[in-house]
Amino acid sequence: MNSRSKLAAAPYLLWMIVFIVVPLILIAVFAFTTSVTCDAEGNLLTEEELSEYLAECEENEVEPELTERTVFTIKNILDVSKYSTVLINSAWLALIATAICLVIAYPLAYMISRMFYTRQKLALMLVMLPMWMNFLLRTYAWMTLLEKNGLINRLLGLIGIAPLNMINTQGAVVLGMIYNYLPFMVMPLYSVMTKIDDRTIEAAQDLGANGWQVVSRVIMPLSMPGVASGITMVFVPSVSTFIISRMLGGGTNMLVGDLIDLQFLGNAYNPNLGAAISLVLMVFIFLCMSITNQLDNEDMEGVLL
Amino acid sequence: MKRRIAALALAAALIPTLAVFTSADDTIPYSNSVDWDKFRGENITLNVYNWGEYISVDEGGEDDFDTNREFEKLTGIKVNYTNFATNEELYAKLKSGGASYDVIIPSDYMIARMINEDMLEELDYSNIPNYDALIMDRYKGLEYDPEERYSVPYTVGMVGLIYNTTFVDEEDLGSWDILWNEKYANEILMFSNSRDAFAIACKYLGYSMNTTDEKELRAAANALTDQKLLVQAYVMDEIFDKMTGGEAALAPYYAGDAITMINDNPDLAYIVPREGTNLFVDAMCIPKGAKNKEAAELYINFMCETRTALANIEYICYSTPQREVMDYLDPELASNPICYPDDEILDNTEVFIALPNATTKLMDELWTSILTANSTDPWTIPVFLVGCLGLSIGINVFRARKKKANGQ
Repeated sequence: MNSRSKLAAAPYLLWMIVFIVVPLILIAVFAFTTSVTCDAEGNLLTEEELSEYLAECEENEVEPELTERTVFTIKNILDVSKYSTVLINSAWLALIATAICLVIAYPLAYMISRMFYTRQKLALMLVMLPMWMNFLLRTYAWMTLLEKNGLINRLLGLIGIAPLNMINTQGAVVLGMIYNYLPFMVMPLYSVMTKIDDRTIEAAQDLGANGWQVVSRVIMPLSMPGVASGITMVFVPSVSTFIISRMLGGGTNMLVGDLIDLQFLGNAYNPNLGAAISLVLMVFIFLCMSITNQLDNEDMEGVLL
Repeated sequence: MKRRIAALALAAALIPTLAVFTSADDTIPYSNSVDWDKFRGENITLNVYNWGEYISVDEGGEDDFDTNREFEKLTGIKVNYTNFATNEELYAKLKSGGASYDVIIPSDYMIARMINEDMLEELDYSNIPNYDALIMDRYKGLEYDPEERYSVPYTVGMVGLIYNTTFVDEEDLGSWDILWNEKYANEILMFSNSRDAFAIACKYLGYSMNTTDEKELRAAANALTDQKLLVQAYVMDEIFDKMTGGEAALAPYYAGDAITMINDNPDLAYIVPREGTNLFVDAMCIPKGAKNKEAAELYINFMCETRTALANIEYICYSTPQREVMDYLDPELASNPICYPDDEILDNTEVFIALPNATTKLMDELWTSILTANSTDPWTIPVFLVGCLGLSIGINVFRARKKKANGQ
């Protein structure tokens, strides 16, 4: 890289350091520290010593002199395992949402990429259209649709079907994720597929590949990078969402995002545990991503060779 | 407490009130017990941090009273007014040290916690003569600030039960146990914050809502776990839509908001269960590190002025702790038992105090396990593990096959 292109990258580099690297370091620091109560000299107090000291102060009617100190600990990380069901539940719902998104988006993206150019623009705009609306409003609209006295149930009532219990279920949460993140799956798939030359497909057909073989041996391998980034872009926000589960899940299905939210804005203010959960979530997502990336790389090699 | 209220509905409900009473409004003069002009010309800006929708503002009505603008006119001090949505948000903001405020209006238990953690400045009540002159004795020296050193009450309110008269039988009412009544399965809404939810469970079981006894807390958690099967959803602000839209039959919520909901849907009604309930006070405080303490005290005094307090209370519909406001208040609002209940009900209330750290932690832990207990299918973990395993085997097999194919 020459020096001029380095210079051009400098603003983003600075941005990355200030708003990505520093916060990440802060999260790590918070996750591995905790504040403990010490006496005036800065010696650590056990809980018994502390209550003894406080009782003594009350007796003598003096203000207790205590200081707080931040010490290294791995207790926060260990505490996260208490919430492993929450983490697994979130991952499970996000996985379902991602899989369904992929199944819906794949044929859709292929269809769009094979359309006439102006139609492509129109179709893409239709896919992106919901994104022009505020995220909260979109989710709120689903609440009105799915509610007991909501639009869907009223329509069903008109044709004599008993009302369904749709809102406040895990299904509703998954639906919310799919609806909100589907465009994130369609876009990368489309952008990869639109680069697949029609002639490549024709060549495969000329060489005797049937419909399925064209899909499995030409289109699928060539679109793998799109699949990988689509999975990333849907899975990551899904697994850490909190507002969808609160609005559509009725707060009864706590997801890991809600749990983190609770640590910062809940009753027990515990940013250390919150940071630890975030860190675990990040590692978890990183692992998942490394799996998808591997898939992608191998396939690309396979195609190239 | 939590009140990102549907402002329009509220404003609509209040317009007739204001129209009738603004004439009286204008005639209430500001007291001259303090020198309002003390800081004029010093170019001071006060940072005020309050709940959303929690102060009278000018909404374009002819005689709307804009509290902060009036203060600026009266004293020449600029007000930089910002909002928070929960006590915890306020706490996190102050604790992280990212912002500096001069006046904050947290609720009782948060005030107690801040006092404990030395986050509040002691007030100089000689700069706030309206505190002694105008605040009702009932709301002075409550448990959260027993020595009357840190706070001046702004509004008060209580938690009650809002129910839909078309779904709920009269005879089932009267006690918190209706929230555990299987007849109303899937018709019940519940608080989604741990403190309020535990308070109701504790009252239902006959404990104090400020209990620190682990056994009692665990019993309350068990009760809440049992209740979860009957609960439709855990909500805060979503309650407005769900109750007025007839989605649910029963919900505990704050009295002032109950009035808003009843205005929107006349089928709704409000009751305070006989076991007693939570009385909450939102009070004005000055956080440590405030840059203009004396000006902040002037602001607090201004907020206690009859004229200001009247405009504010008519705007937000909560109850006032200010004695003189009652004389000017719209009789319909002043006689509303939801806002101003009998002494009998008032005496049977408890105020939240700050719980020890260990207790809040335990409470949040129990609350998390309540919210996650039944929602996870026991098969989730095995299925998940098998899925992961399958995926990784699949990838490896795939890769091996690819390699072999390439090798040939």
